Amino acid sequence: MSKEIIKDLKKKLKGKIIDMAEVRDNRIYVRIDPKNILAVIEYLFFKYKCKFCTASGMEMREGIEIIYHLAREDKKTLINVKTLIPFPNLEIDSVGKKIPAFRWIEREINEMLGVTFVGHPDMRRLILADSFPKGKYPLRKNFKHSDVTDEDYDYERSGL
Amino acid sequence: MKQTIIPLGPYHPLLEEPEHFKLYVEGERVVDLDVEIGYNHRGIEKLSEGKTWDQVPYLVERICGICSTSHPMAYCLAVEDLVGCEIPRRAQLLRVVVCELERIHSHLLWVGLAGHFIGYNTVWMWAWKYRETILEICEKLTGNRNHYAMFKPGGVRRDFNKEQIDYALEHIVDVEKPTRMLTDAILDDPVIHKRLKGIGVLTEKDAILYSALGPTSRGSNVPWDARNDEPLDGFKDLKWKVIVQKDGDVFSKGVVRLLECFESVSLIKQALIGLPEGGAIDADIKEIPAGEGCGRYEAPRGEVFHYVRSDGSNMPYRHKVRAPTFNNLPTFKASCKGETIADVALITASIDPCYCCTERVAVVDKNNNEKILREKDLLKLSVDKTMSIMKKLGKTPPLYNMEI
Repeated sequence: MSKEIIKDLKKKLKGKIIDMAEVRDNRIYVRIDPKNILAVIEYLFFKYKCKFCTASGMEMREGIEIIYHLAREDKKTLINVKTLIPFPNLEIDSVGKKIPAFRWIEREINEMLGVTFVGHPDMRRLILADSFPKGKYPLRKNFKHSDVTDEDYDYERSGL
Repeated sequence: MKQTIIPLGPYHPLLEEPEHFKLYVEGERVVDLDVEIGYNHRGIEKLSEGKTWDQVPYLVERICGICSTSHPMAYCLAVEDLVGCEIPRRAQLLRVVVCELERIHSHLLWVGLAGHFIGYNTVWMWAWKYRETILEICEKLTGNRNHYAMFKPGGVRRDFNKEQIDYALEHIVDVEKPTRMLTDAILDDPVIHKRLKGIGVLTEKDAILYSALGPTSRGSNVPWDARNDEPLDGFKDLKWKVIVQKDGDVFSKGVVRLLECFESVSLIKQALIGLPEGGAIDADIKEIPAGEGCGRYEAPRGEVFHYVRSDGSNMPYRHKVRAPTFNNLPTFKASCKGETIADVALITASIDPCYCCTERVAVVDKNNNEKILREKDLLKLSVDKTMSIMKKLGKTPPLYNMEI
């Protein structure tokens, strides 16, 4: 099943894919350049009828890696689209401006890892408090619990 | 018309957990809504990066009290995907039993709460009474009513003995019969039809656009079920079907949940009867290599997604958890628009909130300690009422199965 999908995607997304591999049966990993993200995801979601599971962001040595997990349910296959946004300019096109399912997870990655999603319609904080200090990203590897003290909280911003 | 903002939450009698809904209303109608979450953020993903692979199941079990097997299940599937190991058949079937027991108790809990929210407390007391039997089976099989600690990467921690299996097979019937009666009663009840049909419709297009999950998507004619869509070995030889309803309203979501209970009962029976004699219950994973894996499992509320990345050490490098409500909450923007304020509270409940406790009722004569109203009498009273309403509406009342 996955062989078929790999062949399909190679043809349809020609020039946009850096690398593609079937790691295990029904798990496909696709690596793409961050500037192609909107085109690839839009194709997978609207034309290829994939369901959006979620996106995982994580800090790597070279930058922030985001993996968009999309599932093609009728073929029982999970397609993981990987993209690496290099330091220090952490910017990527927002998929949420076209597909509402992506909006919340982009907000979460923004506050947790500090990636800016260009064109996102609503970039408020989702999970962290409004008073949580700006410029601190809890899911970065060098973040420690002791990094944020009570004095750092900006209660005026939260209106308390 | 002038627009007003009405806050619902963060603390509100209808919300068991703190969430904040901002309703933008014109008169009685809701024109837009804004959801704020984060009051319950505990940093589980970050905590998980500091735990060993074997400790994480205990942590993820505590993400949710009701979905306390789905999260460890999805995590174990993710680790097994990373390692690439084969799980023994007996362990797979034991997993199916625990997971499906959880599904029934969660769905019955929701049915009860939904009844409570619309002021139909009979449904609430019935549903929670039958749920109690499931919790007792859970306690007998795993040692606890919730938080079973059954799963580990590679298999399960405990085996069931013959006495436990017999107990479960004998008592699962006690749930099936009354739940059938309850389901028939709810599906025919004209009051519930009037209150729930056509309310909070999530169209098929919106369900796909928001990637809604679980009963929320299946109520809108989108047949996504991770048990079916993900090639899970445990379900391979078992017979069951994915329940789908077409209308997308609150009623459809309820019907999906009620009918799924019977599929779960059938799955539990098949798994317990087909359990192979003896054999290993654990694949015995010795080492977790560098790599990554994804685990998907259908929790009662929808698909739970876990992603793990390993750098070869004894702890996950990154562990991403996505609970179904994360995808389901934004659908309110589509389903609440144009509804009245009174209905919004119900629609927000329709994707399934969390709550944990049980209730019973018995009317006792003080003088001789005798029960005046037995279960049968209460059942008869409510059936009589339904029939009289149906007669007034000019419908022919159906025949009820009075056996409980």
